[in-house]
Amino acid sequence: MSRRVARYALLTALAMVLSWLESAIPLSAAAPGMKLGLPNLAIIFALYRLGLREAASVSLARVILVSATFGNAYSLAYSLAGAALSLAVMAALKRTGRFSILGVSIAGGAAHNLGQILVAIAVLGTARLAWYLPPLLVSGTAAGAAIGAAGGLLTERVRL
Amino acid sequence: MKKSDILLAAGVLLAALALYLLFRPGGEGAWAVVEIDGTEIARYALAANRTVTIGEADYNVLEIAGGTAAVAEANCGDHTCVRTGKISREGEVIVCLPHHLTVRVEGGDAAPFDGVVR
Repeated sequence: MSRRVARYALLTALAMVLSWLESAIPLSAAAPGMKLGLPNLAIIFALYRLGLREAASVSLARVILVSATFGNAYSLAYSLAGAALSLAVMAALKRTGRFSILGVSIAGGAAHNLGQILVAIAVLGTARLAWYLPPLLVSGTAAGAAIGAAGGLLTERVRL
Repeated sequence: MKKSDILLAAGVLLAALALYLLFRPGGEGAWAVVEIDGTEIARYALAANRTVTIGEADYNVLEIAGGTAAVAEANCGDHTCVRTGKISREGEVIVCLPHHLTVRVEGGDAAPFDGVVR
């Protein structure tokens, strides 16, 4: 039990630090919403090594804590939608057994961007915001592959 | 890496290309249309230079000059709207998520009046 609590706490803390690190790299200046997806390292590790329930808990805790500390009220809905769609897609693809951690991570990144844009479309009531998706999907594919490769190494080598 | 990973990545990139082609901006536009929560609140002819402040407590300063529209200043948290810069082509859009505001360029003939505020 205490081992489990420690594991959750460790991964949540890691995801938060990675969120902070990510926000320090201002890729969103290039295109709104563009990011490396660093926190997904912790989420993907949890998904592969511990399970969907653990990954969902870490992801939810990260989104709430990060919005409360670095974000604001309006950023919570966007983060939540992105994180939820991303994890749902990753878990579904992992379950099919057809994709490696690389493909799962790429899909997770794309789904994260898609979820955030969908919330923006719903809030602002204009489908034109889909215009923002193409650069995010292209950069997200590259970043997702890199995060997936790193996640693969971590899940193989780190004992937790 | 598996073959299906590559197919998946290719699928995502294809979707990006399709969206790009679908939402690509058109020719020079005629109007800057201001919407809050998807409801049009004003439209200004791009042909007439002007600076308007939209909103009071939450404000964005819309600057129309030389056939382009831009948010020159705003008191939102992220200033994505200001960084977007000038827009002038049909379908281009400036977004301010915190203020639920969009400014998009519409085409059509410029009417004899310079603006409509609803």
